[in-house]
Formats: sequence, C-alpha cells, structure tokens
Amino acid sequence: MGFFEKLKNGLAKTRKGITEKIEQVLVSFGKIDDELFDELEEILIAADVGIGTTMKITDNLRKKVREGKITNASEIKNLLKEELTRLMETEDSGLKLDTVPSVILIVGVNGVGKTTSIGKLANYYKNMGKKVILAAGDTFRAAAIDQLRIWANRVGVEMISHSEGSDPAAVIFDAVQAAKARRANLLICDTAGRLHTKKNLMEELKKIYRVIEKELPGADVETLLVLDATTGQNAVAQARTFSESTNVSGIILTKLDGTAKGGIVIAVKSELDIPVRFIGIGESIDDLQPFDPREFIEALFS
Amino acid sequence: MVFEGLSSKLQETLKKIRGAGRVTEKDVKEMMREVRLALLEADVNFKVVKDFINRVSERCVGQEVLESLTPGQQVIKIVNEELIELMGGTQSRINFSPRPPTIIMMVGLQGSGKTTASGKLANLLRKQGKRPLLVACDVYRPAAIKQLEVLGSQLNVPVFSMGDKISPVDIAKAAIEHAGTGGFDTVIIDTAGRLHIDEELMDELYNIKNAVKPHEILLVVDAMTGQDAVNVAESFNEKLGIDGIVLTKLDSDTRGGAALSVRAITGKPIKFAGTGEKLNDLEPFFPDRMASRILGMGDVLSLIEKAQESFDEKKALELERKMRSQQFNFNDYLEQLEQLKSMGPLDKILGMLPGMNDKMLKSISVDEKKLARTEAIIKSMTKKERLDPSIINASRRRRIAAGSGTSIQEVNRVLRDFEEMKKMMKMFSDMGKRGKKGFGRFRMPF
Repeated sequence: MGFFEKLKNGLAKTRKGITEKIEQVLVSFGKIDDELFDELEEILIAADVGIGTTMKITDNLRKKVREGKITNASEIKNLLKEELTRLMETEDSGLKLDTVPSVILIVGVNGVGKTTSIGKLANYYKNMGKKVILAAGDTFRAAAIDQLRIWANRVGVEMISHSEGSDPAAVIFDAVQAAKARRANLLICDTAGRLHTKKNLMEELKKIYRVIEKELPGADVETLLVLDATTGQNAVAQARTFSESTNVSGIILTKLDGTAKGGIVIAVKSELDIPVRFIGIGESIDDLQPFDPREFIEALFS
Repeated sequence: MVFEGLSSKLQETLKKIRGAGRVTEKDVKEMMREVRLALLEADVNFKVVKDFINRVSERCVGQEVLESLTPGQQVIKIVNEELIELMGGTQSRINFSPRPPTIIMMVGLQGSGKTTASGKLANLLRKQGKRPLLVACDVYRPAAIKQLEVLGSQLNVPVFSMGDKISPVDIAKAAIEHAGTGGFDTVIIDTAGRLHIDEELMDELYNIKNAVKPHEILLVVDAMTGQDAVNVAESFNEKLGIDGIVLTKLDSDTRGGAALSVRAITGKPIKFAGTGEKLNDLEPFFPDRMASRILGMGDVLSLIEKAQESFDEKKALELERKMRSQQFNFNDYLEQLEQLKSMGPLDKILGMLPGMNDKMLKSISVDEKKLARTEAIIKSMTKKERLDPSIINASRRRRIAAGSGTSIQEVNRVLRDFEEMKKMMKMFSDMGKRGKKGFGRFRMPF
C-alpha cells in the first residue's frame, strides 16, 4: 500500500466525519445564507476545530463569498478546502536533523502514546539508514522503561536506561554521552507523561532540555509534542505550555485512526503556528507517517 | 479570550446579569449565547449544549425569572440546577455483590488511564476494608502486565497474571477462581485499551463480560477528551452496558466538558475522579459540587468537608480566643501549618475556594517547599523563643538558621511574616469589636 493510499484509509473516518456532513449540508442548501454558515460552523466544532478557529475560518469564508459574489452553495467546499490548506501549510521543509548526533525530544501529557510513537519513529529513521539510540527518560511510570525496551528490541536499536525512579536528566546526560561516543546520527529521548499544569514537572522538563543544549551545543534539537487526536480544546493549552518550557517545534498527532475527527490540529496550527510533523494512523510499527498538509486536506476532501 | 476556563467565562456572563436590576428576554438570549460558547469551548458535545441551552432558556424566559425580584440570582439558580441535572444528580457508589467476590471490569480507549485507575481503585477499596485482587488482562501493550504488577507491589495488593500468551477471557476466568480460593472479596480486571470501532477487540470485551459476569463495568474516560467522547461512551455502552464512568486527569486545566457529554449521552453516573499522580488521588465524583464549581461558586462543600476532617474544633476556638487577645505565638503558628498540611496540597485547597479560577491559580504558585522550610525554622526555635519572638536577636537568628538548614534571610522572612500576621489579626479583631459583620468570627488560620 502506498503512502497516499494508507493515509487515505487512515483518514477515512475523519473524512466521513467532516466531508460527508458537509456534502449533506451543501446538498440541502441551494443558496448561501446564514443558516448554511451556522451548519458549517457546527460541523467544524463537532470535529474539535474549536469555536475560535471555526469562527475565524467561517468569517474568512463569508468575506470571500461577499467579494467573489458567489451564489452557489457547492462552491463553498472548494473555498473551505483552500482556507484549510492555507492554514495548515508551513514554510520550512520538515524536521532539521543534520548534525551528528541530532536529538528528538518527545514530550506530552499522560497516555497520548509517546513511547509507542518513539518505537515507530526509531523504526522510521533506522530505515532511512540512520544510527538511532533511544533514551529511557520516563523513570516515573511503572514499567515504562520495560515498555520502551521491548520497542528497542523490536526495532533493533540501542537503548540507554537507568532504574525506575532515577533522575531523568541524568539518563539523558548519559544517553547524550553514549550518542557522542558511538557516533549515532539520532538520539530519541522519551520523557514521562506529565500534565502541563504541574509546575514542578515542567521544570524537570526544562532541566532535561538544558542538559541537551549544554552537552550538545549547536546540535539540531527538535522537540516533538505528542497529541492524542481524541483530545479536545485542551490540546491547545498543552501545546502552549509545553512550548514555553521546551521550545516545541512540531507535533505528532496520534490515534487518528480511532476518532472520526482530527480538527484539533487545525486549531493548534491556527492558534500557535506549531506544525504537525507526523501522524499515527494505526497499531503496527510502520503506522507513523510524515504529515503533509496538502495531502492531509486533499485526503480529507477527496 | 478563547482559553479562559468555563467557570471564569460563566462568571463573567453571570456578573453582567448580577449587576442588572432587571433581566429582559433579550438579556437571557444574550446570556445563553455566552453560555453556549463557554460550553463549546469546554468541549461539551454540541448536541448536549443545544439541549441544555433550550432547556435553560425555556425556564429563564418564563415569568418565573422576568417577574422575580432578583432575576440574576434566579438565572444562576436555573443554570446551576440544570447543570447538576445534566451531570446526574447525586453521587453513586460501586455495586457490591451480596455474594463475594464483587467483580469490577475496567474498559476504555488506549491511554485513558485504566491501569492507573485500577491501581487507585484497589487502594481505595482496601482502605474501605475490602480485599481486592488486581487482574492483568492487557496482553497487547508491551509491559502493561509489568506496569500493573509494579503498581500492585507499591500498594501491596496482589496481582493475578498469566503472561501475554493466554487469551484475556481465560485469564479473567482463572482469576475469578483464584479469588474464590484465595479469599479475595473484590476482583478488579484491567483490560487492554482499544478503539471503540475495533470490532474484534470489542467482541473480546463482550466475551470477558459473558464469561465472568462482572457486577460493575467502569468506562475510563480522559477528562480532556473532545467532541468524540460521546461516540466512545455510546459505543462502549451499547456493546457492554456500562455501569459507571471513571473520569481521569481532572487535575489538568481542562474544562472537562467531556464529563457533561458522557453523562448526558449514556445516562450512566460518573463514579470516580482521578485527580493526581499519586496512588491515593482517586476521589468519589460529586456532580453537584462540580456544577457549582463550573458556575464559579467554588467547591465550598468540598472545602468545608476537608476542613472539618482536619481541623479540631476545640483548637480552633482556642486559636480564635488567642487571636482576639493578641496572644498568638509561634507554637500556634506551627500548629496551624500542620493542620493546613493535613488538608492536602495547597493548590488543591485554593482551587476549591469561591472566586478562584484557573487563571488566578496559575498566577499563584504555591510553594510547598517554602512551607516546609518555615516549619523547620520554627522547630529550630527554643520554647522560650516560640512564646516570645521579640527576644530573637542576631545570634539567635544565626543559630536558628544553622539549626534549620536555612539562611538568616529566610529566618528574617518568617519573623516578618509572623509579625504581619499578628498585625492583620489585630485588625480583624478590632473590626470584630466594632461589631462589623463577617470579620468578627474570622477563623481561618491565615
């Protein structure tokens, strides 16, 4: 199965969620009026796009409708597609991981799928020919280290770990030294899930980030925030707070295969301009795909 | 504006109405628009919001409100009542079987917090005098069984597991047998997380249910879930017939609209709430309190209950006497600190106070360590010094700093805080003497 095919399948539910309803609305409304916009708004809100972003999108649509003097309701779909694509596009060309070693730091709240995503990421970069080392930075949750070790063995990469309950920054320190000594291309660091409202735990994250910056000056470091696609508006608060402590440069959106919606990505991009880098669309090891905004929107509407 | 909490948002709206002398039909309409926005921002499902708004508007626009003397109060009352109604009226508990063991089955999506909730529930039940057995039926996620085993050993609750090569249905069956012979009266089955649309795995849950006939099936839901919460809850309920909901991660700053949605869609009560990282952070869920909290009235009931648990009535009266007569000393201060500590983490207590909202809480960073240092400093004082702080000179300060492992600056800070507090108390008691209402019976430690 090709990438596009797989993405389309993975997004089938999402597509069903959004586009079918939009089609329904467009069929039932011949002309563009306030009621139509109300319905469109409701559809976006039901997809977790959030009321603020939704209003922004529909306001823009209204403006375009006025300016373009569009009278046919079915033309709205293309306009909406354009609007969403424009919103999701980024200027850069993806993650920057050129230095040896470079680092990916994985952060997020509890239960979003950080460890699983790391397993998939390690596989992705190993297949690209990179030498990958994992750092078991979740020293808090019971058996988190064992969980990552199983992934490391499955993928066939090395893992640096301390015992449960030890200082995560110390694990990262050792992992950085190991990555330098073994000339690894990429160090992927796991961290314990933490609610962004816990000040002390966010401080701990800052410390981890400082260790990486101090031990690898000038290295490419990407912090990826893992977001659960079923999460509602709180995802924006998560993205904002995690950015404050670790300079989040991208998002991994997980569990997109399970939910009928995925609108929170649009809200996060719109509010904070943090791009989605990968999406998790299944349970198996290669079900992590790079995020392509254009294809994402295309697949959403095709 | 988008990221304010539901309670602050509603408070704002309600304040407008509060200030007005009269509420017109137009006011109600405008207010309901704000309530709708707030609820949507809070992730309450849009269908649930629609019903809610219709119901409340109907009641508000009626004569009841427009002709009453304090329309603002009337509207608050109606919104509050309807919110409580939506969240399920009164609190519910676990259905214990008359013939043990009582079997509890935990189900939910991946990452909702089933394993942690299972551990917390076992801990809670053991405190209530039960003998729980945890059963590891998550044979799919790497190291999930190990996770439950670690939790079990931390809690000293036995864990039944058969590895990940045996079907969960057989593990569950064997566990029930084991519970019978081992003298366990409660069995908590931790199942693997699964998508509600994964038919194969949903069938597996159904088969476990049929094999062991649980008395209680609890759906574990992440409080941060968005609009999709309704679909998840509906699917699990349709397939299994759930008995209740455990709402996890409520200690985040989510507005928790999922609670309203899930409850409204399934009609099943939210029985427990996960409120922290520690294994005793599982609390019974009180819909009425959550509703008044959403409305910004504060979780006054919870606070009063907590205070009653930890405060000794006699000591409080004694303190009040001392405060009035200006005899408050460092011994009393220390006692207050200890009582405050026994009420639980400070930021939790602050969150229950009326008028406190997420935004305000964020700006107050409660420093528990500072409290601990204050305690150490007071404990490093001699009995004489505690009774009469005025004798604490420079050399005594040095000794206290060294004894408590702090600095002279910090000792000075504590002395200064203490004096400030005494001054404040004098103010309060003076006010009381002049007969000003409200301050006369001031009783809080700070």
